Parts: sequence; C-alpha cells; structure tokens
Amino acid sequence: MSERRSRDTGTEITGFILEESTTLGLRELSSACAVQAEHIIELVEEGVIEPVSYRRRRWQFTGASLTRARRAVALQRDLGLNIQGAALVLDLVDELDRLRSRLRAIDPGS
Amino acid sequence: MKYKDYYKIMGVDRDATQDEIKRAYRKLARKYHPDVSKEADAEARFKEVGEAYEVLKDPEKRAAYDQLGADWKAGQDFRPPPDWDAGFEFSGGGFTGGDASAFSDFFESLFGGRGMGGMGGTGGGMGGFRQARGGGFSARGEDHHAKILIDLEDAFEGATRSISLTAPSVDGEGHVRTRQRTLNVRIPKGVRPGQHIRLAGQGTAGLGGGSAGDLYLEVEFRPHPLYRVDGADLHLDLPLAPWEAALGAKVEVPTPKGAVDLTIPPNTAAGRKLRLKGRGLPGKNPGDLYATVRIETPPADTEDEKAAYRRFADQFEFDPRARLAARGTEAGR
Repeated sequence: MSERRSRDTGTEITGFILEESTTLGLRELSSACAVQAEHIIELVEEGVIEPVSYRRRRWQFTGASLTRARRAVALQRDLGLNIQGAALVLDLVDELDRLRSRLRAIDPGS
Repeated sequence: MKYKDYYKIMGVDRDATQDEIKRAYRKLARKYHPDVSKEADAEARFKEVGEAYEVLKDPEKRAAYDQLGADWKAGQDFRPPPDWDAGFEFSGGGFTGGDASAFSDFFESLFGGRGMGGMGGTGGGMGGFRQARGGGFSARGEDHHAKILIDLEDAFEGATRSISLTAPSVDGEGHVRTRQRTLNVRIPKGVRPGQHIRLAGQGTAGLGGGSAGDLYLEVEFRPHPLYRVDGADLHLDLPLAPWEAALGAKVEVPTPKGAVDLTIPPNTAAGRKLRLKGRGLPGKNPGDLYATVRIETPPADTEDEKAAYRRFADQFEFDPRARLAARGTEAGR
C-alpha cells in the first residue's frame, strides 16, 4: 500500500526486474498487453511466446514473454501483420540486437 | 498551439487517394516502428505518423481537416476557428491507431472528446476490463510503459532515480488530459540493458474498484567511456606496450568494482581477449569482463628512441606481411 501512496509524495519506490523476478498468468499477461486471452493463446500456439509450465489451466509466463507478446501485438496492430509475420519480425529484430550488441563490444565507434 | 501538416508528415499530396495514404502510412510505420527501428527519433516520428494517419485515413476527419484550408504552414500558430467542424458528423468510428493519448494538442483541439467514449481510448484494447461479480462494472487501470536511461555504475550499486512521466488521465467529462508526475524509483542492482523494471500499481488508477495498472520501465545504459556492455558481459580495451605483450607482465585493469591485477602471459597477441570471470554485471549469473589486448607502439622521437628501434629491428627476423606476400604470389600465378 505504501507504493500507492507514493504516487505524488515523492517517496522512493522499489522496482523489480521483470525478466528475472516475475511470472504472470494468462489473465495478467493478456491484461498487460491489453488484448483478450484468446490473442495470447494464439501467440503461444504459433510459438511466439512459451509458457514456463504447459498445464492448460496453469500457464505461467516469464517477464521476457511479456516484452515479446507486447511487441508482437504492437507489430500486428501498427503494421497490419498477421501473427506469423510478427513472429518473423521479432526473430529478426532479436538477431539484429544480438549482432549490434556484439558489434558494439568489438568496435566502440559503431 | 502549432498547426500540423498531416499531408507533409505522410509525404503525400493533398489530393492523394485513400490507398496512397494507406501505402505511405505502412511504409513510414515500418520505418519508424519503435520495436523495429533504431532511428534516434523513431518513437516521436512514429507517433506523429500515427496521428496523421488517424486523421487522413478517416474520410470524415480528413474532410474536416481539409476544410481548415491549404494555406496553413506546419508549425504556424493555430487556433481552430469557432464552429470549424459545423456540418460534420463524427461517427466515432474509432481510434484504432493505438495510443490516442500520445496525440498532439493540435489533434486534441480538433478531434478531442469525440468518439473517444468515457475511457479515453488509451492503449486501444479492452483486454484490461472485466465485469465484476454482481453486475457492477470495474476495470483494471492501464499499464504504462516508458524508457529509462541509467549509468553502468547504477546497475552495480543500485541507485535511486527521479523520473518524470507524462501520463494521460481522463477528466470528469471524458477528455484526455496529460499530467506530469515524478517518481523516485529504486533501480535494482544487476539490471541489464533491455530488461524491464516493473512498478506494480503505478499505472493508471482502476475504475469501480478495479486495481491500478503497472508501470514498466525499459532500461537502457548510457554509453560508458571504458566499458561496452553485451548482455551481462563487459568489454574493455586493454592497451599494452610491445614488451609487456611479448615478455608477459602484471598490469592493473580497471573494473567497475575497483582495479584488479591481471597477469599477461608472454607472447600475448593483439586482439586476444583475457577473461576476468564474474567481473561483469552482477546478478544470479554474473557476467564476465573481457579485456581485449591492444598493442600501442611508443613513438620514436629522440635519437635514443630511434636507436632502440634500430637495435630492435636488427635482432628480429620478422616479416609482419609474410602472409600478404605468400597470398599475393598465389593469386598472381
């Protein structure tokens, strides 16, 4: 509750690293992506995101899945892509990020 | 308030067809989409393009916008004429372009409060709403997303950062207003670039007893003068004198947690990476620090220095271009 009060009073709030500390259920994940749960289920069926546990009613996702799902949803909405197209873009962007990061590690000027 | 030239933003003529506008939008959206583009101002451009498309794709809004006339210049001071939209009916066909809250004052003054319903249209989705048991309506607040730039040292020590956010809120009449607020955020130790910090309950307040949304901060690192970050690993250039590299040496290497002594084995070649285990970013699986050897040659300015280089040359049978010569001959055959 102290976190709610801190909205405007300027007290310190502690964040958690999403990718490391958080797991989300299907409802939380769809809510955080502002889509219906069916949309998330489709993303799982297409292999865009993977739940940590596969028991149908107890899907749990990592924080990394949230990032990925949000990006997929945004790409679908903004670029008019279907799920497969968004999945391909995400994979390519991941690859680009890895390469860029590697390049920066070798060549500071890049 | 500044006038916005939506046609110019989209790079189309005023008499462009709806198809041309759609094509221009798709092209620009691909170019500036924040999840794809690395252009410095991608996010701002993407929002601008989204706003322009929001108006031009909808024949009603486009006609109303066109009615302002073609004489306005982008950036010119603008005030909508009274009853400028008389005779136009906005069917409220939807604000589908995503984040309507990010649209400009200019857009807001023309189209604000129409067709947005009471919910402000932010985020574009209904997934956050649920019907409460017992018939009453309650809705979870929107989640918010922002980027935060931190220093490498902050990831080692943890740090408190004051961040200002412009958050949309919906007033009593259903209009979207932006409001500035400041949060003091404790940045957890060990955070890595690209990761997200989740602040529970710091998004938009819920409605009808629904819980507040969350705030997500995407972490980016400011470039560091010494270290380059690759995941959890750090990379550092380590300059050596030729004799240090050849004979071996013990040299002091800076790490974010303080300098350490590093043993350079004899005959270390330029480009070799020496690993300092666990000296990268902290965390459950701490990263490593890689020192990449560079060999610096001292300039030969004085007579003594030149003599030293000549002695050096006499002592070695060394052809640094041996491989070039061999290859060159092969190719010439």
